[in-house]
Amino acid sequence: MSEYLILRHRAIPGLERLPVYLEHQGFAAFKKAVMELPPAQVIQMVKDSGLRGRGGAGFPTGLKWSFLPNDLWPHYVVANADESEPGTFKDREIMESNPFQFLEGLMIAAYAVQANVAYIYIRGEYWHIARWLDQKIAELEQAGLLGERLFGTDYSLRIYTHLGAGAYICGEETALLESLEGKLGQPRLRPPFPATAGLYNRPTVVNNVETLANVPLIVLNGPAWYHNYGTDKSPGTKVFSLSGCVNRPGNYELPFGVTFRELIFEHGGGVPEGRTLKAVMTAGASSVLIPMDESVLDTPMDYESLNKFGGSLGSASVIVLDDSVNMAWLTQKTVNFFKHESCGKCTPCREGTYWMNRLAERIVRGKAGLREVELLYQVARQMQGKCLCALGEFSTLAVVSSIDRFRADFEAVVTKEPIYG
Amino acid sequence: MGKMVTLTIDGQVISVPQGMLIVDAAKKAGIDIPVFCYHPKMEPVGMCRMCLVEVGRPVIDRTTGQPILEADGTPKIQFGPKLETACTTPVSEGMVVRTQTQVVAEARRGIIEFLLTSHPLDCPICDKGGECPLQNLTMAYGPGESRFQYEDKMHLAKHVPLGELIYLDRERCILCGRCVRFQSNVADDPVIAFSQRGRALQIVTFSEPGFDSYFSGNTTDICPVGALTTADFRFGARPWEMIPTASICPHCPVGCNLTLNVRREAAAGGREVIKRVMPRQNEWVNEIWICDKGRFGYHYTESPERLRQPLVRKNGRLEPATWEEALAFAAEGLRERSGVVALAGGRLSNEDFFNLYQVVTARQGRAVLYSTMAGGDYVQRYGLSGDANLAGLGKGDAVLVVATDLHEEAPLWWLRVKQAAERGATLIVANARPTKLERYAAHVIRYAYSEVLEKVQSLLAGESPEAQALAKATNLVIFFGQEGLSLEASEALATMLARLLVQNGQAERPLSGLVAVWPHANTQGGWEIGFRPDPDLAHTLATAGAVWVAAADPAGDDPILAQALEKAGFVIVQDLFLTETARRADVVFPVQAFTEREGTWTSGERRVQRFYPAVPELENTRPDFMIVAQVADHLGIPLVGRSASRVFDELARALPAFAGLSYTRLAEVVEQWPLVGRGDLYYGGTVYENTQGLGVRLARMSAGAELSEWPAVEIAPAPADDALYLVPVVRLYDQGQTLVPSHLLQQRMARAALYLAPATAAQLGVQTGERVEVSAGEWAETLTVYVDANVPVKAGLVPRSTGVPLRQPLWVRAQRAVLEPQP
Amino acid sequence: MNTLRAKYADEIQAILAKYPPEHKRSAVMPLLYLAQREAGYVTVQAMAEIAEILEISITDVASIVGFYTLYYDQPHGRYHIQVCTDLPCALRGAEDFLKALCQALGVEVGQVTPDGLFVIEEVKCIGACHRAPVFQVQGDGEIVFHENQTLETALAVIEALRQKAQQEKEGTA
Ligand SMILES: Cc1cc2nc3c(=O)[nH]c(=O)nc-3n(C[C@H](O)[C@H](O)[C@H](O)COP(=O)(O)O)c2cc1C
Ligand code: SF4
Ligand code: FES
Repeated sequence: MSEYLILRHRAIPGLERLPVYLEHQGFAAFKKAVMELPPAQVIQMVKDSGLRGRGGAGFPTGLKWSFLPNDLWPHYVVANADESEPGTFKDREIMESNPFQFLEGLMIAAYAVQANVAYIYIRGEYWHIARWLDQKIAELEQAGLLGERLFGTDYSLRIYTHLGAGAYICGEETALLESLEGKLGQPRLRPPFPATAGLYNRPTVVNNVETLANVPLIVLNGPAWYHNYGTDKSPGTKVFSLSGCVNRPGNYELPFGVTFRELIFEHGGGVPEGRTLKAVMTAGASSVLIPMDESVLDTPMDYESLNKFGGSLGSASVIVLDDSVNMAWLTQKTVNFFKHESCGKCTPCREGTYWMNRLAERIVRGKAGLREVELLYQVARQMQGKCLCALGEFSTLAVVSSIDRFRADFEAVVTKEPIYG
Repeated sequence: MGKMVTLTIDGQVISVPQGMLIVDAAKKAGIDIPVFCYHPKMEPVGMCRMCLVEVGRPVIDRTTGQPILEADGTPKIQFGPKLETACTTPVSEGMVVRTQTQVVAEARRGIIEFLLTSHPLDCPICDKGGECPLQNLTMAYGPGESRFQYEDKMHLAKHVPLGELIYLDRERCILCGRCVRFQSNVADDPVIAFSQRGRALQIVTFSEPGFDSYFSGNTTDICPVGALTTADFRFGARPWEMIPTASICPHCPVGCNLTLNVRREAAAGGREVIKRVMPRQNEWVNEIWICDKGRFGYHYTESPERLRQPLVRKNGRLEPATWEEALAFAAEGLRERSGVVALAGGRLSNEDFFNLYQVVTARQGRAVLYSTMAGGDYVQRYGLSGDANLAGLGKGDAVLVVATDLHEEAPLWWLRVKQAAERGATLIVANARPTKLERYAAHVIRYAYSEVLEKVQSLLAGESPEAQALAKATNLVIFFGQEGLSLEASEALATMLARLLVQNGQAERPLSGLVAVWPHANTQGGWEIGFRPDPDLAHTLATAGAVWVAAADPAGDDPILAQALEKAGFVIVQDLFLTETARRADVVFPVQAFTEREGTWTSGERRVQRFYPAVPELENTRPDFMIVAQVADHLGIPLVGRSASRVFDELARALPAFAGLSYTRLAEVVEQWPLVGRGDLYYGGTVYENTQGLGVRLARMSAGAELSEWPAVEIAPAPADDALYLVPVVRLYDQGQTLVPSHLLQQRMARAALYLAPATAAQLGVQTGERVEVSAGEWAETLTVYVDANVPVKAGLVPRSTGVPLRQPLWVRAQRAVLEPQP
Repeated sequence: MNTLRAKYADEIQAILAKYPPEHKRSAVMPLLYLAQREAGYVTVQAMAEIAEILEISITDVASIVGFYTLYYDQPHGRYHIQVCTDLPCALRGAEDFLKALCQALGVEVGQVTPDGLFVIEEVKCIGACHRAPVFQVQGDGEIVFHENQTLETALAVIEALRQKAQQEKEGTA
């Protein structure tokens, strides 16, 4: 890695402590924004930087901020720290080790849309991180960087953490808002989008932790600087969470456009001895399976290039699969995850994930034939395009792509080798 | 009307108001798009995904802003990559919707198949079988065979009592959320909710008692499957075996439109019996809802305690008699006596009141309304008028609610006032204690019971924010009741409120006016016909030559009236039951229940509505108006007595407000929105379409006529410092004769008790469960105490019709009752 | 009597202060954590008290408890040993790890150890995939991650908790 923008703590020891962070131009961007820049200008800078959301969809961040109507108040900003996609552990590292950069990004976002309250919705399992952030927030308040009438202006800001309690769907922004309002974490209809009717029915920005962590440097160094990294359409760096059958799993911050080969072999150290790379999932469990061969390995990883595999970069949670992995088994794992996490609100997802899970279980237990494999495929297809939110759609991706692309694995389990006896 | 939008649905070009959802627009055009979670009375949630359709929109040229045209000159239409939910997508100009394509049919088949994977398919034993949207849609679109293996089915509890009124079958539930949304958003009783998630999602209740809501029965109508059923009807009958009859709820002055479902029943000796009570749509009155009292409170009509034979007093005892004997006996009793007093209660029909009024006036007698509340004459002059519908209230309007707890006394008005407030009307609630309606109020006026008139008078002064809100309202609707008021005070209150309307300039507006929250369905009808309450009823009865009581039980309500009645010369009673009053009568006539006869009632909003005979009359009973006419006949007074409609014709001829009305007019309908109860029960639920009459509002009587000064009523000040103001309050489920036979409601019925504020209780040195003796003069009662923070200090609330003989508020002395040690 | 409110007045105030007063309902999740810390699970009594504090129906509170996996409405053992066996962890031996752990403790997944202290549970991804096998311990109002585990280290963690419980018991006895 040449340079860190997000995982700067790896280069600067102690960055999680306020004095150290301040020494490294910490909160200079926020101070500059509040004291010198009109909110619209901050939004414009983020727009110009080309920063795209790191939560999965890659939506342009500045554009999102600019959607908030200025005739309906108050505005809110919510940091999405629900990080629950299997294979994703990047936001955690940012919050644990570079908390102030994330908080500063959140604060700039709040200033840009003139929100006076921001929430961090953080998954319940990250209980210790919420505690940790609470301390950091308290330090900021003590240091006068957060609170009432900041730097002598009339801008005030409070940040609060809010713990989730074990529900993947609460990472979906509207379910997150419902949950934050004290209701069942089930997604809302969109439109209206949070930008116009979000938290408490007020205009709200929801951004991923990593997205926000990019903001201070953009404001500090300017949008043009940001384009030094990544590709034209996907500028900047991305923190890739690398997991699965790979020698050195972990987070890797690399510019967009890095190839699979570089990520998996150069950084991740390749697959364990004696095995070969079989496939990759790029968006955790919510991915299609991309079969890997030499030609595919050189595909650049950015928001556009993966389209040709019917896939998307998502949160860049790269799960590496080698030839020891049977894809029928993998399918059962993923559908079981989605069955467990389906909120139950819409029919196709609720019933479809349940049904797929029963089928997949029977398949891996050797209690089914190819007919069930076909049925599993059809059920997944029948769900597609009909669900209320993306979770249902996600649940079908591994199923359809694995049956399409790794049919032999299914044939193997239904005919000879059940995986769970 | 707002902007109109033109779109094409299945080739049909239609124009509908902007903002309308595709599903509703299609409905208007006669195209049914199947839905489960959508309900036209609730906000869409788009969760069942049954209503997916193809939606195309014109492609707009970005530079010109004009639609791009095809070669043939028609606008180029672009269809999205995915189907869209018709229930959440508003129409837009030039939109093209396809609901009949292969893709849509496939989607419907898919959704049905998904729903059926966890559905028990127990239609043959399901109450909803025959009127079940899921069943019907399965026939229409469902997969021919199951691809789902039986062992993969989720097995769930099938008879889950959500309280004692409503049962849930978890296997049948398709998780559409209608019930939950109805309870939280419409009824605002969020006592049922979803718990768990995914396929384990299920409806739960944790309230005490379970499913604690006066509106719970409505969920069984809108549940699109047989998951929610009432304990009253479960396994009672199959929908197709029942005959529907239009009726009106007899329990309160709202006048909700009902349909009675009747079936011939072996268990009832081959008689036709009522199997269930369903709402009937009337968007002016109850929309498509009814409260649980209306739904479950009909059993009194089939009580074994009903009177089945005329009784005549012989040798000091009431003995069975033939009709001829009894009629002659009654006429004889009247003939000899002058000073006849008719005392009639608000359960009578307009026809009954009218005939009774004719006889007593022909005999120079008095027509007394059995009521402790006044103001009906003001309602005649300052009530709502024309087709004014409470649904029309919104921003810029105001609603004032005084001295009544609408949630307990008239639940549908509570609902409609709440909705008006939600639409933006300014709600002002004035009462001595908090009531549930206050949640939606912009202003709350709290007073001590003795100060109510002063408080209301101050609204006329126009200085307080409340007064200003009232003054600037375009429309002002005022609901008033009688809580804490004597008859005289209630008269004064009505006068002031009428004055308020006049002073604010709202009196002439159709959607402004007084609505009286009467204790009975037709008390207003009694006023219209000329009955008036009597402030000195005991004296009037005691000195009457003869008393003719119909639908009233003064002796049961008040020992003083019982004594008075014993002094009356001759007593005729018409009733369903052998009441305390009937026991003291010289002749008793058994009357028909509203389910057995026809007639009309006038609601508190002055809407006259017809009810129809649903079951054959109980043998040997007659309708009140007929009994009156037959007695009159013996006296040589000719009255119409054979047919209710002809009595009504007479009435319409005699009373200006009724001019031009007839049974035929009352049976007229116009198309109402939303369209319900047709072939597609999935849209509105099992509520009945109204085909038998929306009723007609009476004409306003010379509105604007001079308003009298109100009498200077002073509510008696406390006779002593430690005196307690005992106030009868209405609870929806009381222990009146028309409710007690509905055993299902037993657990929820109010009991005789004395509700005290904590401070008052402390003063008396009592706690919940202990007893207090209250007394005034000869009158004394010992009551069990409930300490309740919502009770005003110095007041004691006593639920009405629970056996405590308290008709009007009363100052009493109170002391802790020391119980004799039990042996 | 609202025991939660009486006992934790300040903490409850601090929680409520995070949300606009007209949206108190937002505090339901933190209050449920508080109640769970108190009793080890959320009792019906606690739900009623939370409903009262937030002015919502108890049914609405119960509905939340049922939706989220980190709340329990039944007593289940003091410590939930929650092993992640989701895809990325499973690819790195989590399923075998779980099996071995169960065997060593002599319980099956979902069962409480005879001393009533531990219940082994399987959970979905907890965001520690690169350090599999991993588990988290939920109990005493906390959630603590244990990463890069072996059977030995896991048993040591459990033993330490057992001793802590034992000492507490003796301390109070
Ligand atoms: C099922 C589902 C789960 C999601 N989980 C997360 C998550 O854990 N973290 C996250 O930041 N975004 C998640 N998202 C994406 C969010 O809905 C939303 O797009 C994101 O928070 C926007 O932030 P961004 O623009 O900064 O990416 C999820 C979306 C779906 C459909
Ligand atoms: S009980 Fe009926 S109305 Fe309620 S969610 Fe289930 S199917 Fe829908
Ligand atoms: S999603 Fe449209 S009716 Fe349910």
